[in-house]
Amino acid sequence: MGKNLYQKVFESHTVAKLASGQSQLFIGLHLCHEVTSPQAFAMLREEGIKVKFPERTFATVDHIIPTTLPDRSRPLKDAISEEMFLHIEKNTRDFGVRFFGPDTGEQGVIHIVGPEEGVTQPGMTIACGDSHTATHGAFGAIAFGIGTSQVADVLATQTLAMSPLKTRRILFTGKLKPGVYSKDVSLAYIAKLGVNGGVGYAYEFAGPVVDAMDMEGRMTLCNMAIEGGARVGYCNPDQKTFDFLKGKPFAPKADRWNEAVAYWKSVASDPDAKFDDEIIIDCDHLEPMVTWGITPAQALQINENMPKISKFEGSEQKVIAEAYEYMGWQEGGKMLGTPIDIAFVGSCTNGRLSDLQEAAKIIKGHKVADSVKMWVVPGSMKIKIEAEALGLDKIFKEAGAEWREAGCSLCLAMNPDKLKGREVSASSSNRNFKGRQGSPTGRTILMSPAMVVAAAIEGKVTDVRKYVKE
Amino acid sequence: MNMPIVDVVKGSGVPVRGNDIDTDRIIPARFLKCVTFEGLGENAFADDIKGLELQGKVHPFQNPVYRKGTILVSNQNFGCGSSREHAPQALKRWGIRAIIAESYSEIFFGNCVALGIPCYKVSHAVADKILAWIEANPSGELSTSTSAKTLKMGGESIELTLADSPRGQFLDGSWHARAALMANAVKVDSIAAKLPYMQFLK
Repeated sequence: MGKNLYQKVFESHTVAKLASGQSQLFIGLHLCHEVTSPQAFAMLREEGIKVKFPERTFATVDHIIPTTLPDRSRPLKDAISEEMFLHIEKNTRDFGVRFFGPDTGEQGVIHIVGPEEGVTQPGMTIACGDSHTATHGAFGAIAFGIGTSQVADVLATQTLAMSPLKTRRILFTGKLKPGVYSKDVSLAYIAKLGVNGGVGYAYEFAGPVVDAMDMEGRMTLCNMAIEGGARVGYCNPDQKTFDFLKGKPFAPKADRWNEAVAYWKSVASDPDAKFDDEIIIDCDHLEPMVTWGITPAQALQINENMPKISKFEGSEQKVIAEAYEYMGWQEGGKMLGTPIDIAFVGSCTNGRLSDLQEAAKIIKGHKVADSVKMWVVPGSMKIKIEAEALGLDKIFKEAGAEWREAGCSLCLAMNPDKLKGREVSASSSNRNFKGRQGSPTGRTILMSPAMVVAAAIEGKVTDVRKYVKE
Repeated sequence: MNMPIVDVVKGSGVPVRGNDIDTDRIIPARFLKCVTFEGLGENAFADDIKGLELQGKVHPFQNPVYRKGTILVSNQNFGCGSSREHAPQALKRWGIRAIIAESYSEIFFGNCVALGIPCYKVSHAVADKILAWIEANPSGELSTSTSAKTLKMGGESIELTLADSPRGQFLDGSWHARAALMANAVKVDSIAAKLPYMQFLK
């Protein structure tokens, strides 16, 4: 009987069976950022432990770093942010870990930096103290978020105590229509399966829609797995994966390339692989999606009406009522036409070059509405340079948007980029939780970067398809 | 190095009703600006507390009657969202020693194991019953037991669910995984030597 990618990689990385019944899993790549690592390095110092494989951990600074040049000059104005910055610099230096700081020109959101450096590769186990680590699953890796105690475990032992997950294959059939993107597919499966539908599962994303996606689209799809409760989401590696990696700084060089590709091909799910569950989602009729509530599963197609509270069962009613109360919308109404204050293109979900290219294509020749502030935040310093080489920065600036420096920015607002009061944000990020974007009463509507741009032009939630040239 | 055994937790309850209470709500991102976990306890649920205050309501983490509580009770998918260990660290530093809910996000559950906080599961009906009991008896003593997988509540014994693996770790003090992982250093090296990509990433 065939095996799926998750089973193959989990098996080949199992070091031992622990007394607890868990498996000790070797971690091929460990990624680090400044928020969830300082306490882990402190634990190592306290216990006098070295990093076991320092060359397999890579770090950057993304959550707290400001996104305007003057604000990035050191020391940072915010004293605690500066302290965190100093910690990641010192910790990586003292423990011999590679740090992609701003002065290297390689800084960026950790989940964007990994792939663009080529450290993310198929057939690896990848861990990071960040729930959006599943992003790297787009390359055919088992990638997942961990807590800080586990960050210390990886640093000290290059392993983690894990129990294997069940596997669910989600087959996306059909073909996406123009104006419909990977982000819409993501919100659609999360809305269908619920925010906790994936708990206990690793998701394999497959089918013609995934085959047709570029690597950036697959990264968006895997990035959002955790929003549906799945700690792991992955796609099988194929020629697009190999082409993406070729020539990247840490990708295998020519003398190792064929050997690497042979290994990468070998980890893909076998044609007769078994899954604990399988679901088919047809994308032929999928429309652009937006969230209306306070979880990523509270999402709908742009022309749909928001749900009536009475349509839900007992305890669900409270959840829906709570979302309406927080967002302040009329139940049963449309999201279409909802005025916005902030438009945000960026984040580990949608801050890659192709996202910026698509956004620029739509905004070209239009202006950001007077009532809207729009921020375009490239996911990495390298992406910023590539985008500028294509003249995208000029297109955004001419339209009245701000062109920023790389970082997590408004996705979670641990830096100066924040909503104020009850502001409504049209956001290409991943979470619309209460208070997520920095104001305890701020409101977030998740959507694709293209939809964010369309909303910025009109000053309200709209259907991007009218701006998409076929 | 094994840790203390985690078995019986006694104390009053803290009823935090609701599904999908995410870790941004348990500890908002601005409090993640820190290099130690100290002091997080006082900011647990900071924005939920403020939000309810504006409506003239009191969050259980703000309500003096629950201030001495050690057992947090909630509904579905507790701790979803961000992997921040700051969330269970904040709860622990506030005084929480055990959690009872209908379900949990996996990362949150694992972080709690690493901190020695058992997370028990109960059905929706049972969660509601416990929540109502605590609201009626804010200082009433509860007692959870990892070995017996029960909650003692007002003379009643309620069955709790906890998977064998974390239960075993709590009961033999191996819930802090690092010691067991470090013991296998030689095996780790031999697995590493077999993985082809160890040669690619140079």
